[in-house]
Amino acid sequence: MKKYTFTEKKDTRSGFGAGMHVLGQQNPNVVALCADLVGSLKLEPFIKENPDRFIQCGISEANMIGVSAGLTIGGKIPFATTFANFATGRVYDQIRQSVAYSNKNVKICASHAGLTLGEDGATHQILEDLGMMKMLPGMTVINPCDYNQTKAATIAIADYEGPVYLRFGRPVIPVFTDADQKFEIGKAWMVNEGTDVSIFATGHMVWEAIQAGEILEAEGINAEIINIHTIKPLDEEAILKSIEKTGCVVTAEEHNRIGGLGDSVAQVLVKNKLVPQEYVAVNDSFGESGTPTQLMEKYGLTAKHIVEAAKRAIERKK
Amino acid sequence: MEVEQLEKVASQVRRDIVRMVHGCQSGHPGGSLGCTELLVALYFERMHLKGQDGKPVFDMDGKDEDLFFLSNGHISPVWYSTLARKGYFPVEEMATFRKLDSRLQGHPTTHEHLEGIRIASGSLGQGMSVAIGAALAKKLNGDKGLVYVLMGDGEQQEGQVWEAATFAPHHQVDNLVAFIDLNGQQIDGPTVKVMNNRDLGKKYEAFGWEVISIEEGNDMAAVLKGLYEAKSRLGHGRPIMVLLHTGMGFGVDFMMGSHKWHGVAPNDEQLAAALGQLEETMGDY
Ligand SMILES: Cc1ncc(C[n+]2csc(CCOP(=O)(O)OP(=O)(O)O)c2C)c(N)n1
Repeated sequence: MKKYTFTEKKDTRSGFGAGMHVLGQQNPNVVALCADLVGSLKLEPFIKENPDRFIQCGISEANMIGVSAGLTIGGKIPFATTFANFATGRVYDQIRQSVAYSNKNVKICASHAGLTLGEDGATHQILEDLGMMKMLPGMTVINPCDYNQTKAATIAIADYEGPVYLRFGRPVIPVFTDADQKFEIGKAWMVNEGTDVSIFATGHMVWEAIQAGEILEAEGINAEIINIHTIKPLDEEAILKSIEKTGCVVTAEEHNRIGGLGDSVAQVLVKNKLVPQEYVAVNDSFGESGTPTQLMEKYGLTAKHIVEAAKRAIERKK
Repeated sequence: MEVEQLEKVASQVRRDIVRMVHGCQSGHPGGSLGCTELLVALYFERMHLKGQDGKPVFDMDGKDEDLFFLSNGHISPVWYSTLARKGYFPVEEMATFRKLDSRLQGHPTTHEHLEGIRIASGSLGQGMSVAIGAALAKKLNGDKGLVYVLMGDGEQQEGQVWEAATFAPHHQVDNLVAFIDLNGQQIDGPTVKVMNNRDLGKKYEAFGWEVISIEEGNDMAAVLKGLYEAKSRLGHGRPIMVLLHTGMGFGVDFMMGSHKWHGVAPNDEQLAAALGQLEETMGDY
């Protein structure tokens, strides 16, 4: 099994900020918008070099989405940024009508997604955003796994024509993917090949899946780990190829078990080939205040939980 | 209570705020410190609350008493401390603020059944609508209780605030007093720079509100007087808007007057310096 190591930990939102910095220099059509959370979104380097291409919206997320849709009509590529809760649930109809239905080239870039936002608590910890966004026709939904991948994804979506939801987070986590990777929208990344169980993970859960793979290996279980950074369009081919080998599935996501990656994968299984699937996800509840580590433990989102789920899935094959 | 006694309570509330935020190394001291006089004056003097011998009792419906809603939920520390000091829940619980399994969530919530809280807030711009609904319920019930709601000035940038602002005079919600914490600051900087709200008083007047100002929102006597005036103008078909001029971080010199302390916790040294400026009047939790 391939070993993954890291020399530093960084937050994925800083990967977004770094990607925006590059885009600021490379693509004169890229415009950044933010709703009174510039520091949280790590936009300072972009703003410093391109003050005229940054639009401060104040605490007015609905207006920000509408203005973004309007900017595309002049050929601009707006990156509308705020916390994931205020970037999705708060403005769902604005996204639905002015962005998705109207097929506008708006990039909705959302930080502080999921439980790992931590102490602010449930009002800010959205666990339903992947579901809401993937249900919108024409919306591309991306949830990268570390700093480097988030940076690469940020740069990649500027070249893609169409609405995108890019989700990232607050905590510092290991940086384990290549710094100079090319990000391919919709193409799952094979992290580790295996034969006994397929672990499909997204976002912060990819590192947990890698840890789980090592624990399983020590116990003689050979897990295949795939990073599904693009929830929509889903790489069905990669999923089907993997289960052909392994015959069972674990999905891992920092999201409600209803409506997220797990359900997208389940749909592929139901349509093509039924194999046992176990979910590692939040069990249909809201979050709460706590440190990110405490919350991931309490809500069942750690390597240990993936290991247990893998064993259950393998057991169900018999 | 006399002004002097209320000031003593306020001093303790300020200690609680900085100690809570320090204890979990997160949370929002700036707006909390600035709104201390208002919350203490409301809960310890102006609001009519159920209970006996100064010991409040809480039920969700809050019939026949005054209600308070915090729309800018991030300043939960000032509300939690005021509620605890008033006797809604044990002061020791403040030590759990923002920690795992606490009832004192980062932003107020009903989910954990904390006495005194009637709606979740934290996502900005929603509280005034809820307060209007509660005020209408009081009218439908023939209940003489009043409804108070506090919002931030940055929060005024949310569109929903203006939907509520249009609604309340139209439906003659004249048992409602709303406050805007005019500290001139929000996360990314001074409000005039981030998104200029311009003349909020004129705006609300144009929307049909009766508008009054409390120029010294950190002066207990001035706040009491302003609250008295607001109350006296109710019942004439119009909701009341109080422009409460405060200083972000008021009471701790190095936290005052800048957006920097909107949502940052003090370290050990800063905590000691802050507590040195705030008299312990009711015993720390
Ligand atoms: C809908 C929504 N958008 C963004 C935020 C993030 N946020 C929390 S507090 C805040 C600034 C609020 O400014 P103001 O109302 O002036 O409060 P103050 O800074 O004075 O405490 C922002 C943008 C939020 N909580 N809710």
